[in-house]
Amino acid sequence: MDFDFSQDEKMIREQVRKMLSARCDSGAVRSVFEGREAYASHVWQGLVEMGVMATAIPEEYGGVGAGYPSLCLVAEQLGAHLAPTPFSSSVYLATEALLLFGTEAQKQAWLPRLAAGEIIGTLAVTETVAQATADSIQLAFADGGLSGAKLIVPDGGIADFALVLARANGGALGLYITDLQQDSVTREAVATVDPSRNSSSITFAQSSAQLLGAAPDQGWSQLQQVLDRAAVLLAFEQLGGAQAALDMAVNYAQERFAFGRPIGSFQALKHMMADMYVALKLAESNCYYAAWALATGSAELPLAAATARVAAIQAFQLCARDNIQVHGGMGFTWEFDCHLFYRRSNYLTLQLGGLAEWENKLVDRLPAGEAA
Amino acid sequence: MDFSDTKEEATFRSEVRAWIKDAAPTYLHDSLAASGFGNTRTGEYEPLAEAKKWQKKKADGGWACIQWPKEFGGRGATPMESVIWGQEEGLYGKLAGTFIIGQGMCAPTLMAYGSEAHKQRYLPPLASGEEVWCQLFSEPQSGSDLAGLRTRAEQDGNEWVINGQKIWTSGAHISDFGILITRTDPEVPKHRGLTMFFLNMKSPGVTIKPIKQANGESGFNEVYFDNVRIPDSQRLGEVGGGWQVSLTTLMNERLAIGGSIATGFPEFKALIDNLPLGNGRAIDNPAVRSKLADWYVKSAGLRNTAARAMTALSKGEVPGPENSIGKLVAGGMMQDIAKFALDLQGLGGAIVDPAIAASSARLQAMLLRSPAVRIEGGTDQILRNIIAERVLGLPEELRADKGIPFNKIPSGR
Repeated sequence: MDFDFSQDEKMIREQVRKMLSARCDSGAVRSVFEGREAYASHVWQGLVEMGVMATAIPEEYGGVGAGYPSLCLVAEQLGAHLAPTPFSSSVYLATEALLLFGTEAQKQAWLPRLAAGEIIGTLAVTETVAQATADSIQLAFADGGLSGAKLIVPDGGIADFALVLARANGGALGLYITDLQQDSVTREAVATVDPSRNSSSITFAQSSAQLLGAAPDQGWSQLQQVLDRAAVLLAFEQLGGAQAALDMAVNYAQERFAFGRPIGSFQALKHMMADMYVALKLAESNCYYAAWALATGSAELPLAAATARVAAIQAFQLCARDNIQVHGGMGFTWEFDCHLFYRRSNYLTLQLGGLAEWENKLVDRLPAGEAA
Repeated sequence: MDFSDTKEEATFRSEVRAWIKDAAPTYLHDSLAASGFGNTRTGEYEPLAEAKKWQKKKADGGWACIQWPKEFGGRGATPMESVIWGQEEGLYGKLAGTFIIGQGMCAPTLMAYGSEAHKQRYLPPLASGEEVWCQLFSEPQSGSDLAGLRTRAEQDGNEWVINGQKIWTSGAHISDFGILITRTDPEVPKHRGLTMFFLNMKSPGVTIKPIKQANGESGFNEVYFDNVRIPDSQRLGEVGGGWQVSLTTLMNERLAIGGSIATGFPEFKALIDNLPLGNGRAIDNPAVRSKLADWYVKSAGLRNTAARAMTALSKGEVPGPENSIGKLVAGGMMQDIAKFALDLQGLGGAIVDPAIAASSARLQAMLLRSPAVRIEGGTDQILRNIIAERVLGLPEELRADKGIPFNKIPSGR
């Protein structure tokens, strides 16, 4: 047994960390947050130059085939720096969906450009303000075109193409690839709890689209498989965010004095931060296990992914929330970055379906008996 | 990243499996499986005798304390092999509870501070379970503040004379030897005036009284010392160096206890799989599912954290204070699980008779025993202090007794 990342994988993490430290500071996050940019193009460019979009894509499709553990550590750093880019939509969702279910021609057409970061993809599912279910999807596919609307699509205003969950001829659900640049596609920005991530509604009017892969009735189960893989990668972003929020809290508690002492010497705050650390550590270990399951194609991936996802949601939400508490009043100012973590933690909780949804999946996937 | 056994590990595992298949006391299997937390059941057989029998059998086969050097009764195995042994021993490992303190905490202290002759004399029978050891640390006036202990050791020629009282000593009543931390100099600040010894528990002047616990059982004792004499040759470490020695013991306590920590999750999961609730099954209830998911995440998180510690250990790194999270998470979780499990059963959940209660009353046993988990071996609060100070680097507690000679420290009554 060797339950750790390799030296090569850790080196990739370190390189990404350095680039993001240089390019993705609070100013870069705020330029998107405050609406001056749709996404941080300078940061995206840095990621392109490092070739990290290609990390888990096989060489035959223009990737580097460095594997999922490396990609997990890239994700962790993106999370720690609150990177305001469409990386998760394009890499964890669109790329993974194509890798899993695309026809050979589709893979050849899209993957090399995704690997090079030349194009951006996303996944469009949600149509109402309720958690999506298989029955709730209305968007229609008929005569080679999509018609209807997706209420909120992460990075929907930035992406060049989308994988759209749609119902063919009033019947089966499938995933369809569609070019978002065509005239029949209307996109409108949607305001969310986290303006540092682009979110848009997308309306299709008989917009040209093509079935992903060959099975027109497997859309819902394909979606679940894509979400499981994305959940592992997104969990690493949440992990990175949780660690950064905890670091912020610890640093502030050492510098800020009250009653003649650093506030970090008060047990009430020490114990709060100890609990943040515990949640983080549990999430980290569960994420490591899920990274292994993802990398090896283990049959345990569905349970491991749900476990990592739930743990990472808990850890990031707790750390971001209590980071504000440690900062006191200053934590509730626009100026301090605490709310950027708080907002992101809540956005990432919802991005692939919320906590209750993933708790449910986790329990569905538990084996019977004394499973520990 | 690789979770599968290496070729060597797989070979070792099959060797272990074959030996256990032949040697294990299978007649105890069902009783052990129904054991409540903190209460190893052996059915019609006497628990201590069965524990000693299994330990001796392991020792004779070369499978006791396998990580110890061969010359001290071990096998010179790697940390990973030790983990594999634990996985394969499974249920029968519950029988070793009697020996955890001696083998897991006293032995490493002896190895670090004992003389060569002591190690040769005491370690092999400790490994084989023929001699049982206990750890005499806590006192009525010093629990979390261990360094505030008052049991006096005064030198008289080549001997030391011990007077005072210890408390919460697990297994003192069945122990042959114990390691004992004492105050040898009350005129210096508290950490500097301590000295460690080991002693024969049958020495004149030692009185052992069981403590009746809140759950009705008696696993702990009070131990009184009335002019007990210990030869200076049984001192461990320097005079005044007892605190350093105790840190070795306590560091190993974290490993010994943290390794196979009980959370209550498997018992809870097995219970609710078939438990009716309302007009359906408990496991289909949304509130139950949410809690089940949360507890699974914690349980899996602890298991995976332990796997990471093992990886670090196998690479020659020392597991750090971050392993304090194990008991902190498991203790509170077990208490929550037990309470919730009973709650799902209505008034019937109150029944503690194993013949009537669901799951042989294992959850009820947890409810009544779990408060102690959050106290023994470091309270939840002390563990949070350790995480905050030694892992996160936050400032130390303000100490009213810092730098003050022990006998000038204010003490309540």
